Amino acid sequence: MTQAMTEFVYTTYINSTPQKVWDAITNPEFARQYWGHGNISSWKAGAKWEHVNDKTGNVMMTGEVLESHPPSRLVLSWVSPDKVADRSEHSRVTFEIELMDSLVRLNVIHDQLKAGSDMAKGISRGWPRVLSSMKTFLETGRPLDTWAGDSQSCASKEKAKEQAA
Amino acid sequence: MVADEDKVFKALADASRRQLLDRLRRKNGQTLSELCEGHDMSRQAVTKHLNLLEEANLVATAKKGREKLHFLNPVPINEIYMRWIGKFEQGRIQALHNLKQALQEKDQ
Repeated sequence: MTQAMTEFVYTTYINSTPQKVWDAITNPEFARQYWGHGNISSWKAGAKWEHVNDKTGNVMMTGEVLESHPPSRLVLSWVSPDKVADRSEHSRVTFEIELMDSLVRLNVIHDQLKAGSDMAKGISRGWPRVLSSMKTFLETGRPLDTWAGDSQSCASKEKAKEQAA
Repeated sequence: MVADEDKVFKALADASRRQLLDRLRRKNGQTLSELCEGHDMSRQAVTKHLNLLEEANLVATAKKGREKLHFLNPVPINEIYMRWIGKFEQGRIQALHNLKQALQEKDQ
């Protein structure tokens, strides 16, 4: 039996530059301000990357840098750290950063996800929040107050659920 | 940015377009043909509604081979939500929503 897969595409238009959007994703100093997490890697193809909770230092997500073309395209594998050994749990995230007139279009494509999985549910709640917070952060210099300092991100909720189970 | 928000509210102020978003929420990544199935709207009408939703950034698209797939993009709705609902209200509003859901289920 083949597992049903699902994918999501999220788009936001940001009044910024491709380099700033790239930095917002890849520089943990920026990411922690609007995401509550830093993404840590050398961002070279083949390198490992980690999504680290800014408060606890816990690794919430990990994977490999599959493609890296700053500042326009970044492709990552995406997996919960306790499921790294299971290849079927690895999903894929593609960031497409494109200048359109004076705005940057950021596309986030999250695919190779198991349909109905906790991961699929978690990321479909998470990305809209992350992207609108990133947009506000880049356009105003301030993160959305609903995200900053919020330790109860989707990832940490998933984690708590797993630990409780 | 005000203009963008106007587009979102205008796009949402139509039952057929909200229905298309509901269908994408149930099954993400559909083609135009799939979205026309079981709909009493003409293909042209669906195309027109999808274009409006795309312009408002409520629908994101991706090319898969020769097909164009449509995805629900709730990012602009999240921005509206964040604008009027603060961090400390989220939990209470969620609780009220859950209570309402639970009570309505009981009534059925």
